[in-house]
Amino acid sequence: MLHSSRVEPSVSPLRALLNNIPNLLLAVTPLAIIQPILGHIASHVALDHPELFARLGSHARKRFMVDPIDLPFVLILSPDNNRPTLRAYRRYEKPAHDAGIAGKFFNLLDMIDGSQDGDALFFSRDLRVTGDTEAVVALRNALDDFEGSALESVIGSFGPLAKPAALAVSGMRALQSRQNHA
Amino acid sequence: MPDPDFLRPELVCPAGTPAALRTAVDAGADAVYCGFQNATNARNFPGLNFTPAELEQAIGYAHAREAKVLLAVNTFPPAGRFDLWRDAIDVAARLGVDAVIVGDIGVADYAARTYPDLRLHLSVQAGASSPEAIRFYCQAFAVKRVVLPRILTVTEIAELHREIPCEIEAFIFGNIGMMAEGRCSLTNYATGLSTNMDGVCSPAADVRYEEDEDSTLTTKLGPFMIDRFACGENAGYPTICKGRYLCSSKPGGYYAFEEPVSLNLSALLPDLMRAGVTALKIEGRQRSRAYVKAVVSAFRKAVDDIMASHEPALANLLALTEGHKETQGAYRSKTWR
Amino acid sequence: MQERAGFVTLGPVPFNWEPDKWRDFYFRIADEAPVATVYIGETICSKRAPLIEPYYEAVAERLSSAGKTVVFSTLSEVVSKLDRKLSEQICTADEFLVEANDSSALLHLHGRPHHIGPLMNVYNERAAAFLVRNGAQNICLPIEMPAGAIAALCQGVRGLDTTIEVQVFGRQSLALSARCYHARAHGRTKDSCRFVCENDPDGLELRTLDGRPFLTINGVQTLSYEYLNLIRELPELRAMGVSRFRLSPHSLDMVEVALIFADVLNGRIGIDEAAPRLETVKPAAPFSNGFYHGMPGYTWNGASVI
Repeated sequence: MLHSSRVEPSVSPLRALLNNIPNLLLAVTPLAIIQPILGHIASHVALDHPELFARLGSHARKRFMVDPIDLPFVLILSPDNNRPTLRAYRRYEKPAHDAGIAGKFFNLLDMIDGSQDGDALFFSRDLRVTGDTEAVVALRNALDDFEGSALESVIGSFGPLAKPAALAVSGMRALQSRQNHA
Repeated sequence: MPDPDFLRPELVCPAGTPAALRTAVDAGADAVYCGFQNATNARNFPGLNFTPAELEQAIGYAHAREAKVLLAVNTFPPAGRFDLWRDAIDVAARLGVDAVIVGDIGVADYAARTYPDLRLHLSVQAGASSPEAIRFYCQAFAVKRVVLPRILTVTEIAELHREIPCEIEAFIFGNIGMMAEGRCSLTNYATGLSTNMDGVCSPAADVRYEEDEDSTLTTKLGPFMIDRFACGENAGYPTICKGRYLCSSKPGGYYAFEEPVSLNLSALLPDLMRAGVTALKIEGRQRSRAYVKAVVSAFRKAVDDIMASHEPALANLLALTEGHKETQGAYRSKTWR
Repeated sequence: MQERAGFVTLGPVPFNWEPDKWRDFYFRIADEAPVATVYIGETICSKRAPLIEPYYEAVAERLSSAGKTVVFSTLSEVVSKLDRKLSEQICTADEFLVEANDSSALLHLHGRPHHIGPLMNVYNERAAAFLVRNGAQNICLPIEMPAGAIAALCQGVRGLDTTIEVQVFGRQSLALSARCYHARAHGRTKDSCRFVCENDPDGLELRTLDGRPFLTINGVQTLSYEYLNLIRELPELRAMGVSRFRLSPHSLDMVEVALIFADVLNGRIGIDEAAPRLETVKPAAPFSNGFYHGMPGYTWNGASVI
């Protein structure tokens, strides 16, 4: 699992994203490459987990800025049940949003995935919440009701690409953990 | 061989969502408590809690694994809105929950008269902290178990146990409010939403986090600054009873009520069990599955170890606690008061 | 006539006043204040009770002779052996009516006429009806009840043998705790407090870190910083069926406060005259009426007092 470097670089957008995320810290990747992937994630989650919108209630119409502080872009999630969207923006674009969640990419990922406790991250100052706090709490609670791992579900949705995607994610984790201990 | 001093206690675990309920059951909960998505329970938070259909499924899941489901209907219906609470009791009885946790005298009276076979637990929200208070509820509503306020020492719990005709459930881990439960209007004072009537404490809608250039985090509830954390300092929720304030008798800001800490009684488990506590309760319906899994697993193991007369290996749960600080609260000694 | 107009009542002194001052306060109330019912007794801290106990008899007698109904209020937080003993003593004495502030008192008072204090949680007619069956004949509603719920409750208890009381003046009790915050503010614990609360006749004020006055500490009790003032809401409350209007004592001129409220109830003066008169006796802290209007409790709603 730790041998992420063995995952071959690929022209597929998914591989490009997942393999290169840490490198993107330095590089400038056209966001156009990742937009379709993000769009796919949003539609998949919406289709697979309609109960999300019931839990979100009126907050489904809000715009959430997810800010992975170690990556060179931010995400705007708009869960709106009719037309869910997830888009990447450059930070300098300062996209409009109602609520913001900022933290290291993997902390955010683990929180969404149900393997890290959001409150604990907040207490330790690893998670920053801005704007509409109630919307953030609703989103957190709605995501936390996902059966099993939301991440696995999303990865599975990429069909034939699922396996390399999973490998890439675990590879990134290993890389991150090495960086943390360096 | 089990320790002859005590019976195997029931581990009562929080579930804010159906997924959290399954997580708790899978991690070894003997009972799970939850609430409906409205003001009838004291964790009426956005995105949290159960629909009646979800509760029905959850009961099926838990019962198939020999775990109980307790439903918290533990807030106080203001006159004119009693129907919501009555419906909650009706649904609970229809779906066959193992017990309903009630706090209000009116709700208890309705449940006891309408469903004499429905098991009633007295919520911590009722604030019954003396044998006389508990006996009153036992006599009036045939309450079978009392959830004790977090203000008694273990010695006092042992004495209480001998003076009451019902079971005792005691908190062992989680958020520790400083005010007597069911008797706190601080949130309503600052936000216009009531802990007793609306089931909220520091509602997220009124919470603001502001971080300045120096990474100093200011937390606010409504217009009131509740605390300020320097860069790197562990933070807490803007809960009024855990805020820092100024007062004429102190030179600077101080925690007038309590610091952001969490209760952790893992070290006192054997004492609590010996004191006659039937059920050990973990707080945190508003917390994530990750929290539920970590805390329930740790306490499952600790209780099993104690029952097998092993020294319990107590996992470090500090990372999950508010302010990353733990306390034994009132349970150890009266000097806490 | 007076029954229809409603009565002004005086709640128990929540603060730790010097015993002589405590006694003199009630003597003056007996002699000068137009209040129908006076609640006395220590409701906050069992350690304070012995300080005023020697004066109970004299105070109760003076009040009774002045034609006022004396009601003993029980402790609001009953935990220790001392608390329990105190609560039981008051509940089982037959000389006076008792107001229950904690559910342990309900056990002792079962079947005997008594009052229910505002620190008990009576939010709905079903709870009220149960307590009336237990012997309650007057119920003071929780401080945070909004107007709609007060009206609905009054409607719901019509036909039951109970009167409804609402606090209309004074700092509002917001929370009770097992821990003493007065002691904590002075680096002590409840057991080693040496009665530091005696220095603050209206409580110890807390400000937020940015200097905004916020709360008031009184031993194990936390009160509002603002003073509740429902003088403008009196007619509406009366129309709902509330017949007892409680003033919570402070070190300011409570006789004058009682006169103002009684004058309004009796129709001697209008609200427009009463409001500015209250302004002249009021302390430094502002008035509030938020809970009644379903707003944050600290807020002031409606036309401001001139």
